[in-house]
Amino acid sequence: MGFFKFFGNSKSDASAKVAKDRLQVLIAHERTGRDGPDYLPMLRQDILNVIKKYVSIDDEALTVQLESQEDCDVLELNITLPEHEVKTQPSAEARRRAALRRQGQSPDDDRTSPP
Amino acid sequence: MTKTIVVTSGKGGVGKTTTSASIATGLARRGYKTVVIDFDVGLRNLDLIMGCERRVVYDLVNLVNQEASLHQTLIKDKRLDNLYILPASQTRDKDALTIEGIARVMHKLRKSEFDYIICDSPAGIEKGAKMALYFADEAIVTTNPEVSSVRDSDRILGILQSESKRSKMNEDPVKEHLLITRYNPSRVKDGQMLSVDDIVDLLAIPLLGIIPESPSVLDSSNAGRPVILDEDSEAGQAYADAIDRLLGESKPHRFMEPEKKGFLKRLFG
Repeated sequence: MGFFKFFGNSKSDASAKVAKDRLQVLIAHERTGRDGPDYLPMLRQDILNVIKKYVSIDDEALTVQLESQEDCDVLELNITLPEHEVKTQPSAEARRRAALRRQGQSPDDDRTSPP
Repeated sequence: MTKTIVVTSGKGGVGKTTTSASIATGLARRGYKTVVIDFDVGLRNLDLIMGCERRVVYDLVNLVNQEASLHQTLIKDKRLDNLYILPASQTRDKDALTIEGIARVMHKLRKSEFDYIICDSPAGIEKGAKMALYFADEAIVTTNPEVSSVRDSDRILGILQSESKRSKMNEDPVKEHLLITRYNPSRVKDGQMLSVDDIVDLLAIPLLGIIPESPSVLDSSNAGRPVILDEDSEAGQAYADAIDRLLGESKPHRFMEPEKKGFLKRLFG
């Protein structure tokens, strides 16, 4: 082993870098859950639901972070939109909206004013 | 003025008990009256590491339940005059401890003019670990250069900041120290192990010491003798340095570079 290590490239298996990168993301994420105000997880879920109405994204594609700076708090939203995928099936929401449109209604009318 | 220090980590097997034994022994050796308490009710091991397992009569739960006096429960160390061990119970479970009960014990220890109370926390974030850290003025967060240990250390830091007595009473926060154990500089050099810088960066608390991976740690626990007393070993010296820093002295960190190997050892070692 020592023989091969001596002549070989021992840097090739630098897993420590991967470990640090993974931990950085994870710890930052877990700290927001811990230090942030109570409403942050609910806010995150609501924002996620709104985005999902229009774009289909994974739950992990949204990060919400509250950072305290000197004189203000900054709410940072990071949304990773999926690459343009070829949709084979319309979403349930898209179907509902299309059906309403075909009936001659504006998709959002049905909730506010009864026909 | 009694100072209470918890040795904690979240994860198990990272060296909390080894560290508690060496920190307590190191402080006593510097002349401070010190007691080290095993909070791991049901899985006591500090007595073994301290080499007093055959002298345990009463334990922490007896003391909390007022079935034995402080004087009866404390085991006096045979090597150092001002060092005492308070063993955990092996038969009860963690529910035997209550904050009120521990508060009474802490009060008695302060009245007995101890300079330092070292609390050896059990692994996990359950009741036992929370009891161990509740009264802490300072915390030694023991971490291995390994992903799960670093993550759990960060978790326990969160608990220190929200569930310790100091945080609940809005006092000054618990003073946090990072102690990296089982450090292997040559694996760090090869990029296979998280480095000191990486861990300090991630956890963002001041570094108390780096204990290199060393066969003398196992030898010492086999013998029931805290490794800090092994002055020839790197681990023993590293713990002694950590004591100096804990007492406010500045001391450069050692054992961060791989030992220089000869050509033949590099080739075949």
